[in-house]
Amino acid sequence: MYDGGKIIIGLIIGIGLFLSPFIYNAGSSAKAPDPQLTEKAKEAKVCVAPTRFMRESHFTMLDEWRHTAVRDGERYYKAADGKMYYKSLQVTCMDCHSDKTKFCDQCHTYLSVNPYCWDCHIAPEEKK
Amino acid sequence: MLDRALKGTTGYWSWLIFLLVLIGIGAGCYIYQYFEGLMITGLSRDVSWGLYIGQLTYFVGIAAGGVMVVLPYYLHDYKAFGRITILGEFLAIAAITMCLLFVFVDLGNPVRIMNVILYPTPNSILFWDMIVLNVYMLLNIVVGWNVLAAERKGIKYQKWVKFLAYVSIPWAFSIHTVTAFLYAGLPGRHFWLTAILAARFLSSAFCAGPALLILLCLIVRKVSNFDPGKEQIRTLGGIVAYAMILNVFFFLLECFTAFYSQIPGHMHAIEFLFHGLDGHGYLAPWMWTATGFAVVALVLLIVPATRRKEDTLAVACVSVIIATWIDKGLGLIVGGFTPTMFDTVTPYWPTTPEILITIGVLAVGFLVLTILYKVAVSIKEEAAA
Amino acid sequence: MGVDRREFLKIAGYATLFGLGGTAAIDILAPGELEASTTGIPLTQGKRWSMVIDMRKCLAQQDKKACEDCMLACHREHNVPDWGNPKHAIKWIWQDKYEHVFPDQPNEFIDEGVEGKPFILLCNHCYNPPCVRVCPTQATFKREQDGIVAMDMHRCIGCRFCMAACPYGSRSFNWGNPRKAPKNLNPDYPTNKAYPERSKGVVEKCNFCTELVAKGELPACVQACDKIKVHALNFGDLGDPASNVRELLQKHYSIRRKPALGTGPNVFYII
Repeated sequence: MYDGGKIIIGLIIGIGLFLSPFIYNAGSSAKAPDPQLTEKAKEAKVCVAPTRFMRESHFTMLDEWRHTAVRDGERYYKAADGKMYYKSLQVTCMDCHSDKTKFCDQCHTYLSVNPYCWDCHIAPEEKK
Repeated sequence: MLDRALKGTTGYWSWLIFLLVLIGIGAGCYIYQYFEGLMITGLSRDVSWGLYIGQLTYFVGIAAGGVMVVLPYYLHDYKAFGRITILGEFLAIAAITMCLLFVFVDLGNPVRIMNVILYPTPNSILFWDMIVLNVYMLLNIVVGWNVLAAERKGIKYQKWVKFLAYVSIPWAFSIHTVTAFLYAGLPGRHFWLTAILAARFLSSAFCAGPALLILLCLIVRKVSNFDPGKEQIRTLGGIVAYAMILNVFFFLLECFTAFYSQIPGHMHAIEFLFHGLDGHGYLAPWMWTATGFAVVALVLLIVPATRRKEDTLAVACVSVIIATWIDKGLGLIVGGFTPTMFDTVTPYWPTTPEILITIGVLAVGFLVLTILYKVAVSIKEEAAA
Repeated sequence: MGVDRREFLKIAGYATLFGLGGTAAIDILAPGELEASTTGIPLTQGKRWSMVIDMRKCLAQQDKKACEDCMLACHREHNVPDWGNPKHAIKWIWQDKYEHVFPDQPNEFIDEGVEGKPFILLCNHCYNPPCVRVCPTQATFKREQDGIVAMDMHRCIGCRFCMAACPYGSRSFNWGNPRKAPKNLNPDYPTNKAYPERSKGVVEKCNFCTELVAKGELPACVQACDKIKVHALNFGDLGDPASNVRELLQKHYSIRRKPALGTGPNVFYII
């Protein structure tokens, strides 16, 4: 091929750069996320929706909540077991999961997810 | 064809590097603004739009001005303009680029800009402004590029290109009318709440745009082997003359309504701009400078001898641009917000980071303009040879 | 070679479009998993919320002491920061003198009971709001069920078109991050941990305390005025002929700010 030498060198550099994070971290393992429930959460036993659903789609639910609460004025959510919850990340969710660092941030940090919710919504103060 | 922009003289490259430096400084200031918020500008609760939106308005006008070359050529068969339609179209592309960037740097939450598309709101004029500006840019890119490519190959461009060129003519009028509608429908802002605002916008666009185009043609003639043509520049001069007369006339009409009716709401903004209100007269020197340049421009444009001579015409064009830039790029916005809704005066002046960001955006526009013009001119130089 | 470079690029382009479009289509067309949320507790039952400000009572109170209770209550309830300078001020409910509140009614011989006196201003929650008309993302919208002009902070792009459109200057912009407001002026910020703050770059204004009204409570400013037994702020439903506000408006002459503009302001002043 034309300019074969330059192309091969370019490929090596490009693929090398692409693979560099893996090469850098090869052999080591990051600590798995370990979200811990607070006492209050353990006592409550159930969240507003099944754990599996929350793990997979809590962000979608929060999006639905904010849309219906802010725009449609529907501020209460009826869970599958009939219990009514006030739709609020700050007041409802964080009431049980009051330790953001030990719960929310565990998975978020591991997956490098930075939800901007906390720019406005106030995270509860944690005991150090 | 873009590769033609990679070959140039030292002067060409020095100009590009100069622009890139300005862009770099502007970008740095913008990053500062992105992290600190718009509080680094001179804007306030009472004057919430300023230099960025003023520049946006001005350059929509420049973009619309390109139609003053396209219209006579396509609708009236004025063959002479066929030589320079591409310059008008490429100027429009560069101007709209600047407009879109000015919107972006003015937003408080630019990462959410897709919300305007995700949640279409037909009752909002900003929604329509987004549509017409982007479509106009696309029209100019498609038409300009295809016509130029055809010229390079020595063939005639296809029929659909001509159809799009026809569409771009009323579309050019629409972009500046829609931009005027942003202001002209706001209750309470009496400086803007006037039916003639759209007409004022169009008339100032049609003198400023062609004036800039004349200056660019003179520069092109000087730095390259392509001569846009004496007849073309002369006709453009006539267009600038009529448009400037209309522009100044419309403004005087506003003054009559305001001062003959003696209604405070109508008078106060003009009083603030030209004289001062509540002790704040800092814009008066600017507005009277604009007036001075407008008078100079009118004299040089109306007197045939000075209009037909290219050096005096150039002075007239510079005067037109200065006058319209101060009037639209600064006076229009601050005048709309002053006096405030409480009948008080909150002074506004852009801060240094704000000015540097503005210069950065202007530099981006001129970079796009230079590159596109280099491509167009090099193809025309070849075609002539 | 079967496929030349041009063909290859075309195929690659179409494949990309198909792939992207396909995933998007699946997201849009697939049925949702969430249950529909219910109204549950009855929400605001008013059809047209409004406020009648009895300035006689307010001014009587102002004569006794420089009263700012309604403003402090509102700003505390909603975590409104104090930037310490009028340019960046965020005001949901505030005071200004009569001449600035009613500039469309100049009267150099107005009675001294009113001349230069501090009047209360807030968003008028107009019946025909120009701010809603101009918002390009519907971040500000008029709630159909009760007429409150609300803000969706998640959607606002910070274009400030609404601020240009509002004839009353009721809207404020977050020129900077509220959390970075001067600490000496905001010692216990955020003042209400049950209510969110705002980020920089969004517009905010009085929201008639939608979250309180939804629970059947009166707005914070009204509660504060009632607490000190002045009762100058009267919140009620204009759509109910038997409401407190309708009674007040029938009994007393009232004015509104700039009514000639056709915005239909829902804040009335009894002078």
